[in-house]
Amino acid sequence: MSTWAYDGTAMFGRQLRRMRNNPGLLVLTQTMPVSMLLFFGYVFGSALAVPGAEYRSFLVPGLLVATASGGVMTGMFQSAQDVHRGVTDRLRTLPVSRAAVPVGQAAADVVVTAAGTVPFLLVGLAVGWRVEGSALGAVGAVALLLLFRFACVWIGIFLGLLTRNEEAAGQLGGATFLLPLLSSAYIPTEGLPDGLRTVAEWNPISAVATALRDLFGNAPVPEGAAWPVAHPVAGSLGWCAVLLAVFVPLAVRQYARGKR
Amino acid sequence: MTTTYTVLSEGLEKRFGDVRALRGLDLAVAEGTVCGVLGPNGAGKTTAVRLLTTLLRPDAGSARIAGHDLVREAAAVRRRIGVTGQDTSIDGDLTGRQNLRLFARLHRVRGAAARAAELLDRFGLTEAADRPASGYSGGMRRRLDLAASLVRRPEVLFLDEPTTGLDPASRTPVWDAVRELTGEGTTVLLTTQYLEEADRLADDIALVDRGRVAHTGTPAGLKSLVGTHVEVVVADADALVTAAGVLDRLTGAEPSFDRERNAVGAVTGDPTLTLPRLVRTLDAAGVPLLDASLRPPTLDDVFLRLVGGPGTPSDHPAEDEERAA
Repeated sequence: MSTWAYDGTAMFGRQLRRMRNNPGLLVLTQTMPVSMLLFFGYVFGSALAVPGAEYRSFLVPGLLVATASGGVMTGMFQSAQDVHRGVTDRLRTLPVSRAAVPVGQAAADVVVTAAGTVPFLLVGLAVGWRVEGSALGAVGAVALLLLFRFACVWIGIFLGLLTRNEEAAGQLGGATFLLPLLSSAYIPTEGLPDGLRTVAEWNPISAVATALRDLFGNAPVPEGAAWPVAHPVAGSLGWCAVLLAVFVPLAVRQYARGKR
Repeated sequence: MTTTYTVLSEGLEKRFGDVRALRGLDLAVAEGTVCGVLGPNGAGKTTAVRLLTTLLRPDAGSARIAGHDLVREAAAVRRRIGVTGQDTSIDGDLTGRQNLRLFARLHRVRGAAARAAELLDRFGLTEAADRPASGYSGGMRRRLDLAASLVRRPEVLFLDEPTTGLDPASRTPVWDAVRELTGEGTTVLLTTQYLEEADRLADDIALVDRGRVAHTGTPAGLKSLVGTHVEVVVADADALVTAAGVLDRLTGAEPSFDRERNAVGAVTGDPTLTLPRLVRTLDAAGVPLLDASLRPPTLDDVFLRLVGGPGTPSDHPAEDEERAA
């Protein structure tokens, strides 16, 4: 096995072990999207009309993507914590490939996200969400979701290495909660004023949410949307490619550079 | 016989913004010896360790570690060093055992689990091995940290203030471990603020002040150069002059007065001056003695004598010197 793959596997194992040692946090991160599904689904849902879909069927894919975008926060928090506590420096004094540490972290995060999707979708099924398209489409939807999560974690890793401070990362991480609010994660963008609609539709979360709804067969692609939403699968893949092309090299470089 | 230097740096410089943390650091540590890098906070000790362990790149100068260029062969250097520092740490979310296994695996140690168990046992951590390291006491953490830097026996071990912040009882096991290692031929570079620590562990001392090596020597040489501090406190101001006369005769050094406390002190390099002799002589001279002490030199004394100033003082001894600067 090549050096970085071996080191990456070791770092991947570390992340998983780390989360297993802290089960409370895992439960907490799972509770959040489920309670949002129930809250949004039943409280807002009664006041919201979505063209061509049930609101809760519309909401489930949206919440999946909104939760995936939280990878920015988790990635940022974990890497800032590692820098702050000196774990990053310890690893940097070891003969470890420079890419291995962030790669292991991002990969472990995707695995945990994939596992977390299962209980969430079970609750989704309980509130009336169904796979209304093909099985292949559903598999594609999950794959796209995980790819998006992977891209988001890399943004977070870069920002965490940049801020180097757990508390700052926590504060900044809270702000990432706002990102899905200006997208089609929770609401259809058709009703928004023109300028706001454009901004929301160029939010990568909108493209991925629309792609998931399309692939699961939950809601049609909206008419007259901006390009990434009008072509949601291509748009989502494009967004992920751009984010990874920008943030993977930035994160690896920042990791190699260290504190100063 | 030519000496092999395992750590050899020439003119290392590092600047952080306006702060010149290192201004041409020259260090030479012979193979298998312990070099104590001694200096107050802000002297540049931590920066030196961060440079020599590849965590920072020097702005100027060069260094060879175990025969490899610090910058051009950083990966080779990393394979040969162990680091325990103020800045490096084990992962508190993992247990002690998980930490050591991870580092052993990253060092490509065969039988990582067995090596981890061996080190846990050696550092008295077997009982706590399967608890998360975040719950360890300061001394245990430092021991685990030290164990982590030894998973693959390093050719050079860097210890950045290994006992700062530890209570005296927790220092002894760390010191024992370092002595044991040097017995096995590992070269050690140790930074410390405590003259006592350098005295106990180091073969050679490099005194660092404001980013440069100000003086090098053996601990004994350094101490004898500075001498022992003698101080007596007398009952009234009139007796001060008599006491000063006695001190002058005994030490041959210019006495210094602290009139508020009715105290007079002097520095001596004479090893035959013992406390009983001091007290007897003062008593015979009729000095109403309240207190008398012989104190080994402290880092402050060393700096006062050799650098001509107190070094760079700091109000935050535990704080990272770069951040303090």
